[in-house]
Amino acid sequence: MGYCPNTPDEIREMLAVIGVGSVEELFSAIPDKLRAKSFDLPAGLSEFELMRIMKEKAAASGQEITNFIGGGLYDHIVPAVVDHLSGRAEFYTAYTPYQPECAQGTLQALYEYQSSICRLTGMEVSNASLYDGGTALAEAALMALRITGRNSIVVDASVNPFHREVVQGYLHSLSAHSEVIAPDGCEPAMDRLMAAITDETAAVIVQNPNFFGSVTDFTELAKKAHQHGALLVVGSYPVALGLIKTPGEMGADIVVGDGQSLGNPLSFGGPYFGFITTTKQYIRNIPGRIIGETVDKLGRRGYVLTLQAREQHIKRHKATSNICSNQSLCALRGLIFMSALGKEGLSELAALNYDKSEYAKSVFSGIKGVTVANRGATFNEFTLTLARPAAEVVEKLLTQGIAAGLPLAPYYEGRDKELVVTVTEKRTKAEIERLAGLLEGAL
Amino acid sequence: MKLIYELSVSGRSGVRIPVSDVPKAAPLPQSLRRAEPAALPEVAELDLVRHFTGLSRRNYSVDTNFYPLGSCTMKYNAKVMENAGSLFADSHPVLALLPGGPEKVQGPLSLIHGLEQQLAEITGMDEVTTQPLAGAHGEMTGIMVIAAYHKARGQNRRYVIVPDSSHGTNPASAAMAGYEIVTIPTAPYGDMDLDAFRAAMNDQVAAVMMTCPNTLGIFNPHIAEICEIAHQAGALVYYDGANLNAILGKVRPGDVGFDVIHVNLHKTFGTPHGGGGPGSGPVGVKSHLIPYLPTPRVVKGADGTFGVEAHPEGIGRVSDFFGNFAIMARAFAYITMLGREGLIEVSEQAVLNANYMMARLKEEYELPFDITCMHECVFSASRQLKDGVHAIDIAKYLIDRGFHPPTVYFPLNVKEAIMIEPTETESKQTMDSFIAVMLEAAEVARTRPEELHDAPVTTPVGRLDETRAARALQVCCEL
Repeated sequence: MGYCPNTPDEIREMLAVIGVGSVEELFSAIPDKLRAKSFDLPAGLSEFELMRIMKEKAAASGQEITNFIGGGLYDHIVPAVVDHLSGRAEFYTAYTPYQPECAQGTLQALYEYQSSICRLTGMEVSNASLYDGGTALAEAALMALRITGRNSIVVDASVNPFHREVVQGYLHSLSAHSEVIAPDGCEPAMDRLMAAITDETAAVIVQNPNFFGSVTDFTELAKKAHQHGALLVVGSYPVALGLIKTPGEMGADIVVGDGQSLGNPLSFGGPYFGFITTTKQYIRNIPGRIIGETVDKLGRRGYVLTLQAREQHIKRHKATSNICSNQSLCALRGLIFMSALGKEGLSELAALNYDKSEYAKSVFSGIKGVTVANRGATFNEFTLTLARPAAEVVEKLLTQGIAAGLPLAPYYEGRDKELVVTVTEKRTKAEIERLAGLLEGAL
Repeated sequence: MKLIYELSVSGRSGVRIPVSDVPKAAPLPQSLRRAEPAALPEVAELDLVRHFTGLSRRNYSVDTNFYPLGSCTMKYNAKVMENAGSLFADSHPVLALLPGGPEKVQGPLSLIHGLEQQLAEITGMDEVTTQPLAGAHGEMTGIMVIAAYHKARGQNRRYVIVPDSSHGTNPASAAMAGYEIVTIPTAPYGDMDLDAFRAAMNDQVAAVMMTCPNTLGIFNPHIAEICEIAHQAGALVYYDGANLNAILGKVRPGDVGFDVIHVNLHKTFGTPHGGGGPGSGPVGVKSHLIPYLPTPRVVKGADGTFGVEAHPEGIGRVSDFFGNFAIMARAFAYITMLGREGLIEVSEQAVLNANYMMARLKEEYELPFDITCMHECVFSASRQLKDGVHAIDIAKYLIDRGFHPPTVYFPLNVKEAIMIEPTETESKQTMDSFIAVMLEAAEVARTRPEELHDAPVTTPVGRLDETRAARALQVCCEL
């Protein structure tokens, strides 16, 4: 049963109006030789039977494990109000707001989202969301190529490796070149990054905090990039921006990131949303939907999709991007989250992450065979060097219900004893101390 | 309505942050801290609830209004799928990448594998990846796979062919995958001009992107021939799955000769559109393209357990993890619950509803291609244009009468297009009410056209000044 309401009598009436004898006749334009050779699916189920299967799968999804892992996705609180408001069907069962008079709810919310994400990143303009952190970074790279008319990107290898892989694929398709600069331990190699920027460089891409958790001021790098006519692209972590210096304050040209930490549950990989903010001068180069304020004939304020001439449905192959559906509902969750926490709340949340992480660092660094690898400041993630291969330790601790961190080895050659540990506000002092005890036992 | 910022009162807050159980740390050095807290709204939870509830009431949505938006498949999104999709909230995808991690996440891995198998059977493809996060993202992924295939065969083909009736995302996606675009016009019979296509085909063409049924809602009788012509020239054929809702159980693109397909879970497989996403755009391929699928792959071992494997020859990673998982979970639930017969019924009833709509409206509205349609029908407001009434005026009138308008001005090859897709979940009664208002609009167009120019008048705002929006360019509430 496919939620199809028409009764056999109604179907007969409709067929009579159409002037055919059967539903099958409506498919007569399809030649026999093109008919499906197979459609081998099981019979349908009731809601109850379906949910029994779904609950079995959910019971085997690691939700009971204590997470000290990040990798760009963070185990943060999600206030109940986020689920309830974004769960209003008027939001989630609407389409992209092509008819603005009957979509002011979505449009105004996205305008408020654009405003909030600009304030958070310290930038001037935003679009209405992209897919995720990795694709947002790729779009930022393409945007920099368009703006500068150049074909080469410098990438700090301490940018999230998952995001870098996505960027690599997008750049490869367009035969653009990227130079990856190895980090200096857990910190970006600022001198090598500076030296790599030339008059051919479209952009230099960095991330703050970086994949190892280190927090850096990129103000001088922005200046250096600008001297060569290149752009600074900064990957950001929204919750960290409650505390750390904004890319806007550093002089960044394009800021991107994954909005997951703003009220979107982990959900085994999505949906989340990507964000992208920039300065006013580059707004026409932004990919995706942009919401703008305007008025109707009576002077009443309203919101519309604007600068649509950049987009695929108008410009086709000359569009700034192919993006059509974005992650609107997840951006709405981000807006509700930012509004619920508010100005002080987000600062408090960020400070709490910082305090918990500093506490964990102090506890772990007291364990024999464990050292903190970051030389400078971190936010809520840091890298530990262990006396044994990190993968072995993580595997062992996982059997005890604790995900101790993300071993670096698969992503950074030769760093097999290092482990990135994430401590959000949800981790308790007791959980941190339990991990410390287990670590000690595993070394 | 006021903006959330206009409700803000300094010092007010909505959510209580957990109390710290650790000592206060030495502060982050000043040079690394932001100068001022982000100027986010300061509101109480009730302010927040009233604000967003108020906003939601300014939307038309499937749950509140008939929404026959052509090409978008705005079917009812069953509530049980929402329950199913929310079961995995605290499952961290990075667990699957840890040593010993996959055994902790067998549930979601089995779901991904199961959905891939369901979609492969439904589309007649050999393997599926769920990584792409939306339809257009699937298109780009599919064309990247095709590019990798040609490259592996030592060929550097330059062009991708699209019909002029294609979705704008097709040429845009192919361009992002590095191709130049060749556009083929529509023939008088309503589909891609076969002679022009033959003439454009050569050994520099990497792929042809087809939507079938096409954006006019017509099943192309030459589709197998198009696949053959492309294959003879060494090109591959891409199936845009936007209109898959028309052919479930009737036609499988893989049987017809297509090499690559993307499907929109947010169209055919019952997941909600979210006001513009999140969608999900899995890509299916025939066996010769499996090596080029994105990394990583979810695999089933001989012992029946699921693992995650790198896919070294593939195009790399197109999104961060395994796709929009909670959307995929809804689609898996939808396919599992409907089953074989339910899915066939979906397409049969979608096609029946569209043909009923077409039969009832064609006396008053110009039907450029008067043949049996599939899941949607495309009219033109050309008759109404004689009285100075455009498709947009009819669309706005429908809003006043409580209906979301059909898609207008698409496809581009129909003047004043009105594209109606009722979907299978709407009843005859709902369609009859809509038809009555459409006929009434035609009558008003003949007799009192100026009334249509003023519509809508029942909405919180009337027609908005889009030129001003683009010129003044206010995209953010200034501090």
